[in-house]
Amino acid sequence: MEIESYNQLLKNYVELSKEEMSDITGPEVVKVENLKVVYGDKTAIDGVNISFKRNNITAIIGPSGCGKSTLLRSINRMNDLIPGAKVSGKVYFNGVDVYSRDVDPVFIRSKIGMVFQRPNPFPFSIFDNVAFGLRVNGFKLSKSELYEKVKDALVKAALWDEVKDRLNKHAYSLSGGQQQRLCIARALAVDPEVLLLDEPTVSLDPISTARIESLLRSIKDEYTIIIVTHNMLQAARVSDYTAVMMPDENMVGRIIEFGETRQIFTNPRDKRTEDYISGRIG
Amino acid sequence: MGHQVLTGFERRYIRLRKTIDRLLPIILSLAVFIAVATVASLLLIVIITGGHRLSWNLILNYPSANPEEAGMRSAIMGSIFTVGLSALICIPLSIATAIYLVEYSKGGRLSSILSYNIANLAGVPSIIFGVVALGFLGYWLGMGRTIITGAFTLAILTLPLVTVTCVEALKAVPDDLRLGAYALGATTLQVVRHISLPRALPMMLTGGILGISRALGEAAPILVVSGLLFIREDPTSLFSKFTVMPLQLYNWISRPQPAFVELSSAGIIVLLLILLALNGVAIALRQYLIRRIGQTWR
Repeated sequence: MEIESYNQLLKNYVELSKEEMSDITGPEVVKVENLKVVYGDKTAIDGVNISFKRNNITAIIGPSGCGKSTLLRSINRMNDLIPGAKVSGKVYFNGVDVYSRDVDPVFIRSKIGMVFQRPNPFPFSIFDNVAFGLRVNGFKLSKSELYEKVKDALVKAALWDEVKDRLNKHAYSLSGGQQQRLCIARALAVDPEVLLLDEPTVSLDPISTARIESLLRSIKDEYTIIIVTHNMLQAARVSDYTAVMMPDENMVGRIIEFGETRQIFTNPRDKRTEDYISGRIG
Repeated sequence: MGHQVLTGFERRYIRLRKTIDRLLPIILSLAVFIAVATVASLLLIVIITGGHRLSWNLILNYPSANPEEAGMRSAIMGSIFTVGLSALICIPLSIATAIYLVEYSKGGRLSSILSYNIANLAGVPSIIFGVVALGFLGYWLGMGRTIITGAFTLAILTLPLVTVTCVEALKAVPDDLRLGAYALGATTLQVVRHISLPRALPMMLTGGILGISRALGEAAPILVVSGLLFIREDPTSLFSKFTVMPLQLYNWISRPQPAFVELSSAGIIVLLLILLALNGVAIALRQYLIRRIGQTWR
């Protein structure tokens, strides 16, 4: 059975558990077909086809300016917020095209969470940061239920032990790595199905990076994770699948290779992939 | 001799740069001194001329032909009513405009046309606003030469100024925070309500108070709207005739008797004290908002 309409998708979210949902929608949570994104008169990516499997980590790697972030932002419609951005092609989320007219991007973003390059906690307390998504999405929760959800998210983001005694402290009192894990907790609190990470460790030290990588592996059984990274070793360490993007001669980003991470790194089919991962270009 | 030694030219060049570095603050502080000295000497002149005329009469009495009894009660009332009302009109309107421009129509053509026009409006001489308000509000809409017309005149006058500050205040909120909120499924209204507005509000209110200060000092447009009146009663409604402090001062200073010129100086001190008090309120409010609203979920 396939979900054809947005209303049916919404209904299923109310009525079905995650497992039942996945039985209906199959292994591909997000499927991108022939995606093209144009900023003003510059084409950022074109002809992108890729699908992301449930409970897997997929890494998107490639040199700067190849459209990795653009692809990521197209999935939860964050490109809508960029003036002059035009998206054509299809992005299916659980079988529903997120760009069809009746789809509310606000709902899509609550089901497809996102973590950004630089940690961007809100200028609130640690607790209020994690509770933000629950509050704006109108979850009807008692005080203790809210606390449990916040705790749950912080535990998953491997931050609970460090902050449990100071939940009311300002988020800016945390270190950079802690702030980024707070942002992950914030995204997880609204219980999304997909988590998008846009170079989440690029501003962090190696220890903080390792923490985030291990937390991603620990939560992948519950979420579908898509991570954009500059760091090829990171892709090799955390991901199950890897997509390699590369700008073509017109500087339009395209996916040149997609497959299991092991295959991409040990036996790349495309010469450019081989050059890129061996450090000859990029 | 593996150690690298500076050449004579390099040494001279470094010395030159250091000299400039030492001189610059002296030149800059001279500029500051000129500004401060100007204000200080103005204040001094005003205090010397009118200081001894400061009395409760000045605030509590109506204008009079006798300088010993004359006060600016009706002008103070008129100023409080028109400026207060204009702030109530102008500040919410400016904040709303800024929210639309920055948060909703971001980067669109409409937004740039509007921004351009607002910037232009800020440069229009204030008397033009007076003439337009008198013609449109006073005569065409039949509101007359009343407090409400005066308030609208001042509101339109300060609107561009305050709107520009409000726009800048919203733009100063890091986009990272907005994107973070959007990515969690917040609507634009929620982003404005919980993220941008609380952080922009302190600066917006500062802009609002600056607008009020400007309105309080305006004489030209009010002169056109109200005329130079001699009023010996408190305003009873929004449709009362009125005068304002700058006009009262203008009236006094143009009289031949030296006593009225002194009175005018004393009136300027009162006006300055009110402005100072307003600025004090603005600073206190801003600090309070930064501490309370800017740092918590509301």
